[in-house]
Amino acid sequence: MINIMIEKRLKAYHGQQVLRVNRQFATGSITKIYGPSGSGKTTFLKIIAGLITPEKGIIRVDAVSWFNAGAKINVPAQKRNTGFVFQQYALFPNMTVRQHLEYATTNEAWIKKLLLLGKLDTLQEHKPDYLSGGQQQRLAILRTLATKPQILLMDEPFSALDAKMKTELITELKVLLKEQGTTTLIVSHNPHELDGWADGELVFE
Amino acid sequence: MDLSPIWLTLKLAGITTLILLFVGLPFAWWLSRGRSLFKIIIEAIITMPLVLPPSVLGFYLLLAFSPRHGLGKWLQEVFDVQFVFSFQGLVLASVIYSIPFMVGPVKSALQQLPPALAEASYTLGKTEWQTFRYVLLPNIKPSLLTAAVLTFAHTLGEFGVVLMIGGSIPGVTRVASIAVYDAVEQRDYAMANNYSLILFAITFILVIAVFVFNKYQAKSPLA
Repeated sequence: MINIMIEKRLKAYHGQQVLRVNRQFATGSITKIYGPSGSGKTTFLKIIAGLITPEKGIIRVDAVSWFNAGAKINVPAQKRNTGFVFQQYALFPNMTVRQHLEYATTNEAWIKKLLLLGKLDTLQEHKPDYLSGGQQQRLAILRTLATKPQILLMDEPFSALDAKMKTELITELKVLLKEQGTTTLIVSHNPHELDGWADGELVFE
Repeated sequence: MDLSPIWLTLKLAGITTLILLFVGLPFAWWLSRGRSLFKIIIEAIITMPLVLPPSVLGFYLLLAFSPRHGLGKWLQEVFDVQFVFSFQGLVLASVIYSIPFMVGPVKSALQQLPPALAEASYTLGKTEWQTFRYVLLPNIKPSLLTAAVLTFAHTLGEFGVVLMIGGSIPGVTRVASIAVYDAVEQRDYAMANNYSLILFAITFILVIAVFVFNKYQAKSPLA
């Protein structure tokens, strides 16, 4: 169970706005997050990952406190075991597809499985510049899965995929995430994109 | 023709560049991350060699490392090291004099990388050092090369600082730029021309090499 109660000031075009979230996420659940641009969806994911620090509140995962403003607890991003799929992919231009996964894990069998899952097994030696948008996005997802994260945070993870690829990948991801009991939060601009998959939703206004 | 000033210059430039690669890179990385008044002051200090007359810098280094008092005396007594009129003094002065040429381009390049690259690495459990070593550094290679070559070339061209702290001891501190000056003073223009031509050729080739390497970046190495 993830317990989140945070407050973070956002810089908005028209003055300041405060992001407030008070929510629990059951272990292994899949939640879709949607709302208008600038409402703090990405900020919220980054707060969970430990990449942005909120001003107030707590984040507790099972019995472990990841963040507690009052008690000055703030577990660094490296120790949170979250996976983050960035909206702009954030792939490493110097690394090939395989090197991205090897950077994240030393488990060779797992790397092979992921390459097959993302249909990138024939492009192992390619660097991101030589991949299509959809391939880059799949690599970003695979790299994140490579560490077998406890919490998977995905920011518009399927935006560059065609309908067929998206359906196939989601079908495989469903099984994989269930197997690993990964708690997943997915930001999507399309409220219907994850119909039938997500257990719950969180709407930002 | 005595080539020792040329070799000495190349040795000085090589050692200075190497030291600045080790010292300047972590420094540039530290400066590239966030802003604070302290960082602004430190950055201003390391930028000073760009704007100060080299003779001013050389003068203060001469005072600071004079074996007669203060820091210089202490270094001499405790470590038996003398920085005035010695090759190690030239190295120290060159490192200080050329530091903005290494730190500036590397810092700018690091700041231009998308923050998400480092963030992605952190969420994979990688430390800041691993992220710097395996993600950030390999992705600023052209700027790194530019910085190293500029540092090397700048050290080749040193004159004022070197003259103040090193003087002109043949084989020890008499680098090529000093040798040119000495030759002109002795009205040996042929000798001055020889040293000048060699220096000109080396720096020209270096700058051309950087331009060629960075051709695909479509930008000037000085940008």
